[in-house]
Amino acid sequence: MNVLVILIPVSILLGGAGLAAFVWTLKSKQYDDMAGSAARLLIDED
Amino acid sequence: MSVAACPACATAPLATELAKLERARVTLSVPDLRCAACIQTVERTLNALAGVRAARVNLSLKRVQIDTGLAPVLLIEALKKAGYAAYAFDAEELGSEADASGKDLILRLGVAGFAMMNVMLLSVAVWSGAPGATRDLFHLISAAIALPATAYAAQPFFRSALHALRAARLNMDVPISLAIVLAAGMSLYEALNGGAHAYFDAALSLTFFLLIGRVLEHRTRAAARSAAKELSALEVRTATRKFANGTETVPIAQIAVDDVILVPAGMRVPVDGILLSPRATTDRSFLTGESAPVEHIEGVLLCAGEVNLGAPLDIRTTAVGEDTSLRQIAALVETAEGARNTYTSLADRAARIYAPLVHLLAAAAFLGWWLSTGDVRHALNVAVAVLIITCPCALGLAVPAVTTAAIGRLYEMGFLVKSGTALERLAEIDTVVLDKTGTLTKRGFDARAFDLNAEEKSVLKALAESSAHPLARALDQSLAEVIPATLTGITEHKGQGVSAQHCGQLVRLGRSDWIGTTGSGLTFTAGPRILDLAFAERCIDGADALPESLDRLGISAQIISGDTEARTAALANRIGIKSWLSAVSPAQKHGRVGELSRKNSVCMIGDGVNDTAALASAHASVAPGTALDAARNAADIVLVRDTLSDVPRLFTLSRLAVHLSRQNFAIAALYNLIAVPIALAGFATPLLAALMMSTSSLTVLFNALRIRWTK
Repeated sequence: MNVLVILIPVSILLGGAGLAAFVWTLKSKQYDDMAGSAARLLIDED
Repeated sequence: MSVAACPACATAPLATELAKLERARVTLSVPDLRCAACIQTVERTLNALAGVRAARVNLSLKRVQIDTGLAPVLLIEALKKAGYAAYAFDAEELGSEADASGKDLILRLGVAGFAMMNVMLLSVAVWSGAPGATRDLFHLISAAIALPATAYAAQPFFRSALHALRAARLNMDVPISLAIVLAAGMSLYEALNGGAHAYFDAALSLTFFLLIGRVLEHRTRAAARSAAKELSALEVRTATRKFANGTETVPIAQIAVDDVILVPAGMRVPVDGILLSPRATTDRSFLTGESAPVEHIEGVLLCAGEVNLGAPLDIRTTAVGEDTSLRQIAALVETAEGARNTYTSLADRAARIYAPLVHLLAAAAFLGWWLSTGDVRHALNVAVAVLIITCPCALGLAVPAVTTAAIGRLYEMGFLVKSGTALERLAEIDTVVLDKTGTLTKRGFDARAFDLNAEEKSVLKALAESSAHPLARALDQSLAEVIPATLTGITEHKGQGVSAQHCGQLVRLGRSDWIGTTGSGLTFTAGPRILDLAFAERCIDGADALPESLDRLGISAQIISGDTEARTAALANRIGIKSWLSAVSPAQKHGRVGELSRKNSVCMIGDGVNDTAALASAHASVAPGTALDAARNAADIVLVRDTLSDVPRLFTLSRLAVHLSRQNFAIAALYNLIAVPIALAGFATPLLAALMMSTSSLTVLFNALRIRWTK
């Protein structure tokens, strides 16, 4: 059970990192133009 | 001639001007954006212009945002050459692009989601039988994650519940907030005292699912509202003011009394004013419903909003802004708006039954267990379990899920639904009142009535195509299937007409007085041949099929118009409506709709200022996209497409939406029937609560999606 001392903080940290990443996507306006982001995949630029 | 101390100082102002300009941001509407290639072309074209720092396309909103110091007209020109029609927005009207409350909801959703997943991880360990100290440890860690997360994420529900309680009402959010708070509180107590069950994941799942409902609802409504706001923002709010030695373009808000304003052909008069030009012809249909153009002579008062159908005219301003007659009529609307707010939505009606029932059940469970076992803690546990398991999730999602799906579907069909309860009200409609001019008919010509041969028709079409004047455009539309002839030497005479050469002959299309005949509309000449083209009202696409389709739905239709009896009767007979009223004033319209509303549920469809009071007071209202700003603001739904053929589907879809909402309530009730006895008997573990919540929410959501698959 000693491994929990490492595992639990690590999982919480990872969860927190995921949340931080989500907040970043929100702040950088990535949800403002869903259709546009989908279409831009097809643009073929060198 | 400015005086400068040195050559550098003379050029310095330019630098500061440039610096001022550089910070400008221009937003253009480009409705033809459709795909990746469009994005590429538009961005490339704009970025290639000197003076443009960056251009970014937003495909969902069909807009381009350009970081530049150039004037919008140059950008529009460049896009036109690339093949994309672009229109400038009035920046103030558009407001800020950021959707603050939407982002806020998504953030809370994200926090709830992440917390839920982490706590679920720990809960699964507990459910699979973690013993003693490990279980307590996991409970405490779950508490540390769950409590701050719910405190932050569930605030929208808490706020709404407090708001309702302060007004001594119960809405759906009261039992939801109660469930979340009690679940978190009870679970904390249990965790601190080594209890076996903790409901942290239930509290978080509840928050998460309900926030999904809120976010979906908000996004769909925001999209529709933004599109409706766009229609207003596209109306250019500038006018041309004349001085002793020139003209300048000013925003309409800055026009003062006694300013001389120039109104070009085809534009709306921006303010009330006295006509200075010797003669003028205007279209007053938005104000009175009269479809015939009105002739004016010098000295007559013109109202803001009239469309100039003749040569450019000058007016001396007499009233601006709030003092114009346009605003005075619109003020009638504000008084009617209040009536709408007393409508109780389906969700609130369900909450009225559900909320007290659930509270009673939970209280009864608590009392029952306490009295029979004397164990307060266990009794409280069971009571909280009952609260959670009565699936406020499914009930909370029942209506928003359907509304969201329906509004999204209607958006694709060209209907902008601005109000949340609009669909429920539309489902109850049994009478439709239609305005005539601008809603059922448009100013136009009846090409079949013209006595022309095929060659003359093609020349006429070519002349009509080459002018931007509204009358010419209407003529062009009525000759839709005709192929235009090739003309040379096309010259447009502002506001008077167009002349050109065809096979060596002089051909002209223009106002009758300019050409020299005595007709009252347009005249067409081809060499020696002269023909007067009489105005006729053109039925909007779909208008003739409308009464019949409405009849099949059990909805009766009538016309109430401000136009003359003869024209109203003619139209009513043409499309098959038996009941109509003519020569009605705006106040009379409002009164008549009020009268009808006493016995029937009335839906008003209209476009002019004379309809706004009626639009605001009817049970539900629809305005075409070409309607005046005031009418679009007063209506629940805006029709973006130029056709009435989809209007019956609006009614069938809203009826289906109400039907599906009721089905969702039934599904939620079914779950409760199964789950509540289990909870009351004390067998409701957190695992069971989580399972029931998830399955009921998903069932309700999928049922709501059915609306997307109907015809």
